[in-house]
Amino acid sequence: MSETPFEPEITAFVCQYCGDMAADSAGWNRISYPANVKIVRLPCTGKVDVHHILNAFEHGADGVYVVACPEGNCHHINGNLSAKRRVTYAKSLLDEVGVGGNRLEMFHVTAAQGDEFARIAAEMTERIRALGPSPVRRAMGKSSG
Amino acid sequence: MIIAQRKPLEEIKEMVASYEKVLVLGCGTCVAVCFAGGEKEAKLLASELRMARQMEGKSTQIIDHTIQRQCEWEFIDPIKELVASVDAVVSTACGIGVQGMAERFEDKPIFPGVNTTFLGMPVQPGEFVERCQACGDCILDLTGGVCPVARCAKSLMNGPCGGSQNGKCEVNPETPCAWQLIYDRLAKLGQLERMMEIMPAKDWSTSRDGGLRKIIREDLKL
Amino acid sequence: MSGDNGKELVVGSKLERLLKAGHFVVTGELGPPQNADRSVIEKKAGYLRDAVDAVNITDNQTAVVRMCSMAVAKMLIDLGIEPIMQMTCRDRNRIAIQSDLLGAYALGVRNLLCLTGDHQSFGNHPQAKNVHDLDSITLIQMVRQMRDAKKFQCGEEIKGQEPRFFIGGAINPFADPFDFRPFRLAKKVKAGVEFVQSQLIFNVPKFREYMKRCGDLGLLDKVYILAGVGPIKSLAAARYMATSVPGMDVPQEYIDRMANAVKGIPQEDKKARREAWEREGIKICAEIIQQVKEIPGVAGVHIMAIEWESAVPEIVKEAGLLPRPKLEA
Repeated sequence: MSETPFEPEITAFVCQYCGDMAADSAGWNRISYPANVKIVRLPCTGKVDVHHILNAFEHGADGVYVVACPEGNCHHINGNLSAKRRVTYAKSLLDEVGVGGNRLEMFHVTAAQGDEFARIAAEMTERIRALGPSPVRRAMGKSSG
Repeated sequence: MIIAQRKPLEEIKEMVASYEKVLVLGCGTCVAVCFAGGEKEAKLLASELRMARQMEGKSTQIIDHTIQRQCEWEFIDPIKELVASVDAVVSTACGIGVQGMAERFEDKPIFPGVNTTFLGMPVQPGEFVERCQACGDCILDLTGGVCPVARCAKSLMNGPCGGSQNGKCEVNPETPCAWQLIYDRLAKLGQLERMMEIMPAKDWSTSRDGGLRKIIREDLKL
Repeated sequence: MSGDNGKELVVGSKLERLLKAGHFVVTGELGPPQNADRSVIEKKAGYLRDAVDAVNITDNQTAVVRMCSMAVAKMLIDLGIEPIMQMTCRDRNRIAIQSDLLGAYALGVRNLLCLTGDHQSFGNHPQAKNVHDLDSITLIQMVRQMRDAKKFQCGEEIKGQEPRFFIGGAINPFADPFDFRPFRLAKKVKAGVEFVQSQLIFNVPKFREYMKRCGDLGLLDKVYILAGVGPIKSLAAARYMATSVPGMDVPQEYIDRMANAVKGIPQEDKKARREAWEREGIKICAEIIQQVKEIPGVAGVHIMAIEWESAVPEIVKEAGLLPRPKLEA
C-alpha cells in the first residue's frame, strides 16, 4: 500500500473585517496560499470561543489559527483582545490533553495585507507539516482502519 | 459564592479510566459564575476527555449536560434516565452537588471534576478571594465588616499579631493583614475604640469543629 | 506574700521577685533541639547559668518541631536554673493548653510567656492542621483566670491546687500599625499580663518613641517591659535581618559598622573575619543594652542569641551587668 504524504488540515477563524478582507486582497492580487487552510468567517474574532477551537481539533484538524484586526483597531473595539486571551487559554488546554498548544496560533493583519495573509497560511501549513498529524487525527485514523 | 477550580485533566482521566460511557454534568449556579464548572466548562471538559481518550484508544462516549444546580433535588430528579444511560458521571459542581448526585444515584459512580476551594467573591474579573469560613457565629458587626476568622491566617479575635508589616500578613506579602483592614475600617466608621475591647475566646462549636451542622425550619416543611 | 521591696508577690518566682525588688533583670533564650537528646540542654544552660536571671524556652519556634518547652523547663529546674516556659496558640487548643499548664505547674514551672505563635507555613510541617483556638490575649486572660479566679476557661472551678504563673507576653513595637502597638500592650495588660519581652531592637529611637507612648497610656507602672536585644553574627546576618525578616528594623549605621569591622583583614582569613564580626556584633549589642537601660520604663533586657548562647556571658559582661543578683531563699 502506498503511503500518501501527510497534508495538514488547518482551520482558520477570521473576522469579516481585517481578516477576511486580507484574504480577499490576496485573491485580487493573485497571491496564492495553501489549500490546506479552510476559512471560517465570523463577525469578529471575539466570537471565537474556546470550544470552537477544541471542536476543530476534536474533529480532526491538525492545526487552527485565528486572524484578527491589529490590536487597537478591532472593528468591535476589543473583540480581538478577548480572542487573544481565549487562544492563550485554549493552548494550555491543548497542552493538557497532549495535542500540543503549538498547533494553535493567533495572528493580526490589516485589510490590505494580502501578502501577509498568504505568508501566515504558508507558515502555519509548514509548521503543522513538520509536527505531523494531530495525535487525535492519528488515533481516529487507527480506529477506523 | 462557592468558588471552585477544575481539577487537572490527569486526575479526572484517571477517575473515569475504566468506564465506557461517561456523562460530564455541569452546574449552572456558583461554579458557572466562577467559570469552573458551568455549561461551557462542562462542554470543554467533555471535549478534552474525548480527545484524550481518542489518543489512548479508549471509548470516546463522553457526553455533557448541565442542570441549574446540583444541590437541589428538583433539578437532579429530572435527569434520572440520562444518568441511568451512562456508566459514570463527572460532576463539575461543588462538593455539595457531587454528594447530592451520589445520594440520589447510589449505584452510579459520581466523580468530582472540580476542587471546591472556598467561599468568596471575584474582587475583579479573574481574581477570586476567600471571604467567609461559615463559622456559624458572625461578628462582622464588631469588626467593621472584615472577617478575622476567614481573612486572618491565625483567625485572631484580638489582632493584629506581631507579624503584621506594612498592612500585609507575615504568611504572604501579597495578603492584606485582616486586622490592619479592620483597624482602618473601624477608623473610617469612627469606631476605633472597639479595638480596645477584648473579644472573648471564640465559641467554635457553631463551626465545623462542633460537628456536622443542620438547620431545621418547621415553617418551611411541606 | 511580700517581696524584697515590700511589693506584693503573686507567684514568688525568682523573676517576679527580682523585678519587684527593682533589679534591672536579664533574661536569655534557649532553643530546644530538633531531636530527643537532652545533652545539648545542659551545654547551652551552662553558658546562661550565671549570665542571666531566667531563661526562655521557645515553643516550636517558627513552627519547626523541637523538644517541647515544658520538658526542657523541667530539665532547667533540675539544673537549678529559672525557666520561662513559652506557650503558643498555634498547635494546641484550650483543652491541651490548660492540661499542659496543670502539668507544668506540678513540675515546678512558675513563669509563662503567652504567645500567638508563628504561622505553620514558616516551619517544616506546613500541611498540619492550624489550631489557633485562642490568641495571645485570650490565652493571657485564661491563665490569669486559672490563677486568680481558680477557674478553668469554661468557668468550672479548679478543685485543689490551681496553676499559678507569673504571666508574660511579647510585644513588637516595630510591627504595623505602629500607632496601635502601645494600645495593643494596653489590651494585654487589661487581659492580665505582668511582664513582656520585645522583639529585637536595633532602632533605639523608634523604641524610645514606643516607650514614651506607653508611658502616656499609663502602662509603665502596670507591666514590666524587657527590651529584646541580640548580637549580630556577621555582615550577611545584618543585611539579612535588615531586608528579609518581617518586623525587623536595622539602621544602616550598624550594617556599616559590621562592614567596617573586617577592614584590613584579608578575604581568605575566614577565621579572623568571623571573629572580628562577632566581636563587633557583641559590642553593638552591649551598647544597645546600655542605651535602652536609660529609657524610662525599661525593667530589663531579654537577650536572644540564637544558636550562639556562648556569646551571652560576654554581652552581659560588656554591658556592665555582671554579676547577676542573688536572692536569699
